[in-house]
Amino acid sequence: MNSLAMPKVDRKLVARKNDIVSDLKKIIKSENVLHHEDELRPFETDALSAYKQKPLIVIFPENTKEVSKILSYCNQHRIKVVPRGSGTGLSGGALPMQDSILLCLGKFNKIIEIDYKNRCVVAQPGVTNLSITQAVQNNGFYYAPDPSSQIACSIGGNVAENSGGVHSLKYGTTTNNLLGAEVVFMDGTISRLGGKTYDSEGYDLLGLITGSEGLLCVITEVTVKILKKPQTVKAALIGFSSIENAGDCVSDIIASGIIPAGMEMMDKALIHATDNFVKAGYPRDAEAMLIVELDGTETEVNELITKVEAIAKKNKSSSVKISKNEKQRLKFWAGRKAAFPACGDMAPDYYCMDGTIPRGKLAEVLREIGRLSKKYNLPVANAFHAGDGNLHPLIMYDANEKNALEKTEKFGAEILKYCVKIGGVLTGEHGVGVEKRELMCEMFNNNDIQQQIKIKKALDAGSLLNPGKVYPILRKCAEEGRVHVHRGKAKFPDIPRF
Amino acid sequence: MSIEEKQNFQTYQDSDHIEYPKSEREVSNLIKKFYKSNIPLELIGSGSKRKIGKSLQCSKTLSLSKLNGIIEYLPKELYIKVKAGTPIEEIEKELEKNNQQLAFEPIDFGYFLNGKSDYGTAAGQVACNISGSRRFKVGSVRDHVLGFRGVNGRGEIIKSGGVVVKNVTGYDLSKLVCGSYGTLIALTEVTFKVLPMPEESKTLIIHNQKIESATFFLEKSISSSNDVSGAIFFPEDSKKLGYRVNFENTFKLNDLKYQGSITAIRIEGAKNSIDQRIENLIKELKIMNLSISILQVHQSNIFWNKVKSLEFFSGSKNSIIRIVIPPSECASLIYQFSNRFKYFLDWGGALMWLEAYELSEEMFESIRRKVVKLGGYVTMIKNSDYLPYVEDVFTINRERFNISQNIKKSFDPKRILNPGKMYTGI
Repeated sequence: MNSLAMPKVDRKLVARKNDIVSDLKKIIKSENVLHHEDELRPFETDALSAYKQKPLIVIFPENTKEVSKILSYCNQHRIKVVPRGSGTGLSGGALPMQDSILLCLGKFNKIIEIDYKNRCVVAQPGVTNLSITQAVQNNGFYYAPDPSSQIACSIGGNVAENSGGVHSLKYGTTTNNLLGAEVVFMDGTISRLGGKTYDSEGYDLLGLITGSEGLLCVITEVTVKILKKPQTVKAALIGFSSIENAGDCVSDIIASGIIPAGMEMMDKALIHATDNFVKAGYPRDAEAMLIVELDGTETEVNELITKVEAIAKKNKSSSVKISKNEKQRLKFWAGRKAAFPACGDMAPDYYCMDGTIPRGKLAEVLREIGRLSKKYNLPVANAFHAGDGNLHPLIMYDANEKNALEKTEKFGAEILKYCVKIGGVLTGEHGVGVEKRELMCEMFNNNDIQQQIKIKKALDAGSLLNPGKVYPILRKCAEEGRVHVHRGKAKFPDIPRF
Repeated sequence: MSIEEKQNFQTYQDSDHIEYPKSEREVSNLIKKFYKSNIPLELIGSGSKRKIGKSLQCSKTLSLSKLNGIIEYLPKELYIKVKAGTPIEEIEKELEKNNQQLAFEPIDFGYFLNGKSDYGTAAGQVACNISGSRRFKVGSVRDHVLGFRGVNGRGEIIKSGGVVVKNVTGYDLSKLVCGSYGTLIALTEVTFKVLPMPEESKTLIIHNQKIESATFFLEKSISSSNDVSGAIFFPEDSKKLGYRVNFENTFKLNDLKYQGSITAIRIEGAKNSIDQRIENLIKELKIMNLSISILQVHQSNIFWNKVKSLEFFSGSKNSIIRIVIPPSECASLIYQFSNRFKYFLDWGGALMWLEAYELSEEMFESIRRKVVKLGGYVTMIKNSDYLPYVEDVFTINRERFNISQNIKKSFDPKRILNPGKMYTGI
């Protein structure tokens, strides 16, 4: 495990653990307060398992009033609180602290209302992303944001992280699909933001809390938009003999006025790894491959597919395969979604990065990653949400080798810094968490960061809610860890990622 | 006079001096100066939407109109970065060259607020966050701002976001700034997401429907998979005392015969696909036997431009109110008004524009109560001579007011940027 600078531990508070436990048991049912060492272990990390820390106490409140009372109690007694959904986050956003209470929303697991007239679903935050779609799919509806961990990740966690997915190019990320939320602030104030209306008046607090990584409030209910499923969906699998051609093809598709539902890119290393893993029928001789998904009416999709084929040809594609049916389309995606476990087959350990760049710079970034790969002597496999320039390089290494982890971290940080240098950002969808905290100064200056901290203090004066996350603690751009997966023993290794 | 008195004194004026900073640095220096000397200031762009919100009588006015020009436009990257005071028309003209657009359909408030067309500036559109008919499909202004630069109430230059769509680095302050009416920050730069312009647009009109069936058709068409991008309803234009609004004259188009109410559904996209989707819609809504017409490309564009410019309100001397509600509630709200006002529905019934003759403050508050009860909110967009001032232009509740006050302080601790523009005390 790596060591990580965190806010100073309040030893006096830790010494008062028994009193706090008995106070909490007065607020919520005693079986919902976990405090024995062995009960705490499962909660010591989220999906960024390089960092582990057992919390002081774990609690499972059952309703909003309980959350409000707990926060109010913690605020009064200056106890740190870390909120947690399903614990599938990749940036350590739900990493507990030794002197913190871990507030789990697992018991908030019900869909409250399905409202077709207003095209929305009201759900508790612990409901999984996928079960929202499952609840409405019989009527032909779905919830658009689809992070690859959707079978396990919670909708509340999606709001906290502003999760994306492979279809965010056309349908947006969580923030564009959220209508309302009930939240509890650190002082116990319960507030309803938005509702079943479009936009809300006054400051867009809903927009502010989306992607705030559990630093501003605890989400106790969400209202999300649902959409009617498109009539036809088809995917094209396009191989290229050079990464430059694939990158140019992405730009040309967008420039032609087509916004595909999804546009993914993989490099040769990952094509082979995933094809070995799921036999998706990928073009194994290609240097790079695109999956371009188009949806709409049948006429429209066929027309667009023809256009995409022509653009691909112009960019010297080496192969084009169009999905003939839904089964084949899902097969195309199966490989892409298995990128994580497939890499686990190639090396004992790997780190996953998450930067976004202007999509025209894809080839340039890939060249730079290739150069760095040689410099550090570590292999990389690359997956991109190419349509929106969100890249996920997977650096492979062996943690048993001396200094390998440290070297990998340096490599990763160099990639992210390069993303920022060419006009991109540090994180597209995994969040800053503890992982990219110290890199924030690559993107923001002191004024920018101070303004954000002032907002944090405006809503949580004592900085008690999820401290130590998002903003630099070391005040220098130190390189910290990434998603660390050792010998396939990641947290929830069976869940598809990004 | 103390700063508190200045902020709360409606007619206070030192001078009518307007500052026109030409660079971000100048904006920062000016605000630093005003911050030190406790001088509140009104922020304006072109002034096209200056009448929305409470009227300010600040001693200084800071116009951002000279911060003007496109900084960077990369069509393949789907973004345009502009200086805050750049006119929307200039941006749209530039985008058009590459068949792109601001998909949120900036509204032209110039017509009915000032008598002539004026889309205002980039910063003005962001500050008001009021979007056109495509809202339910593509989102609002807030969903199209990728990043910004600006100066807070301490005179500090800050930035948030970037030029890419997928970005979760730090809090999403772009959202907070959208719809903040210049009370948090003086914007200096905005990056908008841009999207391809649809190849064509056509409009399916269903004539002479009552509100119940009209809202049924609107809901069904948006809930279908036909990718509808506009859904509005104009009720039958009955003559009423005190109203000049005339839908009949506004919508006199070659292909559109006025026969009572208009339920209009817009379909955009590739040519073949549009025809197929209109066919689908006619079948799915089972309206083959009703009186329907289809506006072809040219007339469809004219029709929606008239909606976007709220042209039918121009010249009205009445109060104009904007109501946003869950779409399922709009018919019941209209019943409660018992035919007193004129209105039309946009966003498939989720947005109602109301014109009210001889509206008293009590009546306005009663409308607000009804709307809030249904889960919506109300904004007084234009005052009338009959009701030249209302205490609460916008809607807010106690908790949100307290939170908003704290947020305001974090940006503008001395309340010098547009103080009271939205709410007294913010």
